[in-house]
Amino acid sequence: MTTMRPPTDPAELHRLMSLMTGDEKHSAAATSTLDVLQVLYDRVLQVDPEHPDDPVRDRFLLSKGHGPMAFYAVLAAHGFLDESELATWAQPGSRLGLHPDRVLVPGVEIGSGSLGHGLPLAVGTALGLRIRGLTTPRVFVLVGDAELDEGSNHEAIAYAGRSGMANLTAVVVDNASATHRGELAELFLTEGWRAITVDGRDHDVLETALTAAHDDRPLAVVAVVESKG
Amino acid sequence: MTMTTRIAAPTMREAFLRAAADAIDADDRTALVLADISAGADPVPDLAARHPDRVVNVGIREQLMLGVAGGLALTGLRPVVHSYAPFLVERPYEQLKLDLGHQGVGAVLVSIGASYDQPGIGRTHEAPEDVAVIDTLPGWTVHVPGHPEEADRLVRESIDADGLVYVRLSDETNAEPHHGEGLQTIRRGSPDDVVVAVGPTLDRVLAASRFRDATVLYTSTVRPFDAAGLRRVVGEVPTVTMVEPYLEGTSARVLAEALSDRPHRAVMIGHPREESHRYGDHELRL
Repeated sequence: MTTMRPPTDPAELHRLMSLMTGDEKHSAAATSTLDVLQVLYDRVLQVDPEHPDDPVRDRFLLSKGHGPMAFYAVLAAHGFLDESELATWAQPGSRLGLHPDRVLVPGVEIGSGSLGHGLPLAVGTALGLRIRGLTTPRVFVLVGDAELDEGSNHEAIAYAGRSGMANLTAVVVDNASATHRGELAELFLTEGWRAITVDGRDHDVLETALTAAHDDRPLAVVAVVESKG
Repeated sequence: MTMTTRIAAPTMREAFLRAAADAIDADDRTALVLADISAGADPVPDLAARHPDRVVNVGIREQLMLGVAGGLALTGLRPVVHSYAPFLVERPYEQLKLDLGHQGVGAVLVSIGASYDQPGIGRTHEAPEDVAVIDTLPGWTVHVPGHPEEADRLVRESIDADGLVYVRLSDETNAEPHHGEGLQTIRRGSPDDVVVAVGPTLDRVLAASRFRDATVLYTSTVRPFDAAGLRRVVGEVPTVTMVEPYLEGTSARVLAEALSDRPHRAVMIGHPREESHRYGDHELRL
């Protein structure tokens, strides 16, 4: 496995996304996550499409399963999916649903869609890797700012912050879609996490934040993008 | 003079915790996930001291308890998850559905409290619906032990196996354990009058005058239901009475499927479907 990959051409990702057509009400969710996903897969994650179940791979959990076109496009760009399959998106019999399904799609770590499940699952995954003595793999989970309204996330944030989970990073893609909005970084900081707020469209800044030192704590990266509107 | 020390028989809860501790000592793929309940009960504190990583107490956070179990299972571990039935099955129902079943991973869920084990504390801690709730989800094995020795065996077997297992423990027990597989014939009687006693209801069924002439079957495993075993026992036009220590009618579906090839009369006995505001009185009426 290596992170030394040629950077994905943004135009290529948009071309891949354009192959997935149809009635998609979560297109804003897809475009909001695109840059974070690109940086993760281009520069950060240690994953290998030839060995998607490698025990020592990094885990990326897309908790915000809405609008997975960006995720599928990045997986295709990195060899987890054949480009030709993208056109089957959301069609009867396709592996590529409106929400990603780990049982069907290689490289997808969790089936998601219902909000508030990915972060607790990520906490369990981080614990499990530690229990198994796997110190190399890191766990990244992507949540949306509105998703943080779900109470299950608060259970996970409070527990993880007090459990020394230095192998866990939560990426909050903030497109200002939460109905009752709080201070996102503060939510994590007060529970013992390290938290960084960055421009969610600046790839270099994102890479720096996603690979920042954890200081024996879980890390939250709040990636701010344009408002959903 | 001879001195004897009387060692109290363990409860199902004690039998479970010992079995789980043995499994965690013996197998580094086993982990116990708690939400405070039983965290201070023997032998959990000593177990946690020996295996601090694999005894995970998330505090009173039941959604997280199931999410953590799902994550542990995704890394190849065998989580054993435990709490009172309403906090293990009802409150985190979506986590059972999505964090375990939908992810395609297994776990062993072990509840205490049963339907009305502590009737004094009321509706909030009672879950006579638990098996019916689990039964809405595919792929679950459901054990309802009727004796602490059965609980010990079923917990150990469940941890050793794969898949999704719910073990419903109770303070109610029969006098003796019955360790056979599937439906066991406890008393032979009329093949046209057959009673299926589930878990801790057996001794009361055997004592009930209304079932004096009936064939009495027993099972501690209700899902999957031993339909073939029932068909081997019953007559051509049987009356089958199912006595379950939880919500009445919970197994009506599987009973109807089992006997779909013959006319039959089904009688379902269990706790009534009610919004209870009663404290201290929930005797199962036979």
